[in-house]
Amino acid sequence: MSLSQVEAATESDQVEQPVGNLRQAAWRRLRRDPVAITGFVLIAMFIVVAVLAPLIAPYDPRDTPGAGTITPTNIPGPSAEHWFGLDEQGRDELSRVIYGARQSLLVGVVAMLLGMAGGMVLGVLAGAFGRWVDSVVMRIVDIMLSIPGLLMAIAIAAVLGRSLTSVMIAIAAVNVPIFARLLRGQMMSQRESDYVLAARSLGVRRRSIVLSHVLPNSMSPVIVQATLTLATAIIEAAALSFLGLGGADPAVPEWGRMLASTQRYLASAPHLALFPGLAIMVAALGFTLIGERLREALDPKYRR
Amino acid sequence: MTNDPTRPLLAVRDLGVSFTRKGAPDVRAVDGVSFDVSPGQTVGLVGESGSGKSVTSLAVMGLLPRRNVRVDGRVIFDDDDLLTLPRERMRDIRGRDMAMVFQDPMTSLNPVVPIGVQVTEVIERHQQLSGDAADKAAAELLDRVGIPDPTRRLREYPHQLSGGMRQRALIAMALACRPRLLIADEPTTALDVTIQAQILELLKELVHDSGAALIMITHDLGVVAGLCDTVHVMYSGRVVEGAQRRELFARPRHPYTGGLLASVPRLDAARGTPLHPIPGSPTDVLAWPSGCAFAPRCHHRVDACTDGPPPLENIGGRSLRCVNPLPTTEEVPA
Repeated sequence: MSLSQVEAATESDQVEQPVGNLRQAAWRRLRRDPVAITGFVLIAMFIVVAVLAPLIAPYDPRDTPGAGTITPTNIPGPSAEHWFGLDEQGRDELSRVIYGARQSLLVGVVAMLLGMAGGMVLGVLAGAFGRWVDSVVMRIVDIMLSIPGLLMAIAIAAVLGRSLTSVMIAIAAVNVPIFARLLRGQMMSQRESDYVLAARSLGVRRRSIVLSHVLPNSMSPVIVQATLTLATAIIEAAALSFLGLGGADPAVPEWGRMLASTQRYLASAPHLALFPGLAIMVAALGFTLIGERLREALDPKYRR
Repeated sequence: MTNDPTRPLLAVRDLGVSFTRKGAPDVRAVDGVSFDVSPGQTVGLVGESGSGKSVTSLAVMGLLPRRNVRVDGRVIFDDDDLLTLPRERMRDIRGRDMAMVFQDPMTSLNPVVPIGVQVTEVIERHQQLSGDAADKAAAELLDRVGIPDPTRRLREYPHQLSGGMRQRALIAMALACRPRLLIADEPTTALDVTIQAQILELLKELVHDSGAALIMITHDLGVVAGLCDTVHVMYSGRVVEGAQRRELFARPRHPYTGGLLASVPRLDAARGTPLHPIPGSPTDVLAWPSGCAFAPRCHHRVDACTDGPPPLENIGGRSLRCVNPLPTTEEVPA
């Protein structure tokens, strides 16, 4: 260890570690954390599969290579030609799971980004202005939070009609109040910090204080929440499409819809439920592992 | 603005700060504080924790929260009463005409923004400079406060700088627009002893060079002795004694001032000489209306101390709030 590292180490013991330092240290810790690495690998697999689906998938997900051999009581399971077997219409299950990753990733990322953007707008409004703006925004947030998330998503998706866009909007809406509340609380506590007082003592304008001082220092928990939201968004998207509120075109593979349509064949072809279910679990698990470890890495109280 | 040298730059008159609470009596944190600061003068505000010295400085800067805080009295700076100025005017004055350096350089810089951005932010805010010109001015500032390799340092984050360097950077930011008044609120308390002397020396030099007036807030009498022209001692929210530095150190009249001076450990004292603490703690104070707040801890107390609030009297250029002051040396019976 070089001298400067020794100094840095002793200094960090004495003082509360500043956020800039904290983020770099968090990244260093994550890279050495086997659980986080597992999460990274799962997510990397998920993203590669989704992006390269046309190259990886052995069949077109709409083709029915097994159309002649399929009967409701005879749905062949995994074989050399069809690793995950065939589905109830004679389509290649592996190809459908691979293409389903695209839908899940798209819905997850867009819904998370929309929800975060909406939540941040509300959170910044409440956190920056305080007083009555804060009261009004937070009461709206309270009302949104009082409705169970999935119920609200179902209601919104049902009102907007069957399309991928409405799924995204529905899931985003569920996450808006969560992000808003999180960011608002964080900004409120940062507003009391010494560097804000120091900036005010030098006449820095309120807008710059909010946007260039308070907001960047309030983002750590929001980033953690965004990662965790990706996991829940994927599950919620699957739940919506399971309930028949997914994309309009039934030929487009979605994991949730695959699960729903396989219900009747559960006894004769359990693999049809197993593979999409596993896919949902693995994708959600990857984001959850990273989110949880990121939270611990960024939170000084969890320091191991 | 006039250049009348006899006119004070800052005149604080009867400043009071109350923290109001719902369902509970107000807390009078500062009461009846008056002092003058002439251009270029260094004034010390001395007192222990909770004596109201920091609240006084925040009130002068207009940095106290507006909710649940009542500020009264007058703070005259350049013919303007800062307490009644509109917020926008006050924001223009802060950083340009008056600035402040805080106690803890570890937390007074934004941890996620490079030093350079924070310095240029102040320059761009108050001077018609931007881009390269502001960067150049920022580098010159860091150089002036003795930070080596300023262009590299400007790109660094606060955690990459030591405590002393950070305080230098904060001083650079405070002096960026050549304010006429600088308030330093215990600027060396959070620093190593070896660095403290450097920072004080730097402040002294910069303030002298720029002709700015300085209000030094401290609990450290050593700092006051080396720096200040005039000293005001505060106890429990009021000034109990104020005088020229030499006068005050040579002949303290208020028992609290005397106690503070006597409690400073002396290197030249014989080994084993006990220290002379002030008995009690700042929490055992009387409410001023019922008498002298220091009375419970005072060795010089008489019955009259608790008869009512002692007035602030002006005795030969010295202000004193005590009914039974320490005798001047001439009066001491031989």
